[in-house]
Amino acid sequence: MLIVFYLAAIVAIISTLFAVTRSNAVHALLYLIVSFLAVAVVFFILGAHFVAALEVIVYAGAIIVLFVFVVMMLNVGAETEKSNDRWLSIKSWGGPAILAFILFAELAYVIFTKESIQTDESIVAPKQVGISLFTTYMLGIEIAAVMLMAGIIGAYHLAQIKKVNRHRFLGGEE
Amino acid sequence: MNTIPIEHALLLAAVLFSIGLIGVVSRKNVILMLLSVEIMLNAAGLAFVVAGSRWIQPDGQVMFIFILSMAAAEVSVGLALILQMFHLNKSVDTKTLGKLCE
Repeated sequence: MLIVFYLAAIVAIISTLFAVTRSNAVHALLYLIVSFLAVAVVFFILGAHFVAALEVIVYAGAIIVLFVFVVMMLNVGAETEKSNDRWLSIKSWGGPAILAFILFAELAYVIFTKESIQTDESIVAPKQVGISLFTTYMLGIEIAAVMLMAGIIGAYHLAQIKKVNRHRFLGGEE
Repeated sequence: MNTIPIEHALLLAAVLFSIGLIGVVSRKNVILMLLSVEIMLNAAGLAFVVAGSRWIQPDGQVMFIFILSMAAAEVSVGLALILQMFHLNKSVDTKTLGKLCE
């Protein structure tokens, strides 16, 4: 169990380092997905199964999809336009694939050695988290829901492209 | 029983947070700065979950869920602002954006 933790930690650190040092934005996003998956493995080993699932769904799923859409809309980086062949070259996806394969091997190891999955009283079960979430932290959940709604409305309003009306003597383009 | 030493797990959170901080201060692209902020938020959530699993309390995971929703709202508003920024300046580079007029 310890070796799984240390391997996942090393994968997380390496992929995060690559994520903040790549010049190409899409490569950085690929490494960031692997980083989130590695942190999800760490959560699973720590016994926080619910949070591990949330990490995969929300971070590695939803937030990364937002980033990918914006990067593709803005077409960031001059090197992204050079050629389409580079997307299929092994240099672009080889590193994240190797790191993700390490995580997959860990997943297979954890599944096939059943005693390594903690299901006893020493972990925080998802049921306890849900009970705490909707009793002790009821107000916090309400505020988080309102904040998410405000985020949706704010993003909708901010992302609208409005026409710039400059003064006619200043010579603006509109 | 939980066999992971808490020091090492907290050290992992600290290292990830530091890498994210380095990314925020060293990158020039605003999108990648926002991405580094996500790394830092994720590391903070990792520290919460580690502490929650050490003392077998659900509060750590609850705090992670709050951080998660906050990160989701923040990244949607931030990316909308970046879209406006790109539309105004035709660039998401901080060197270009730092100038008051072109």
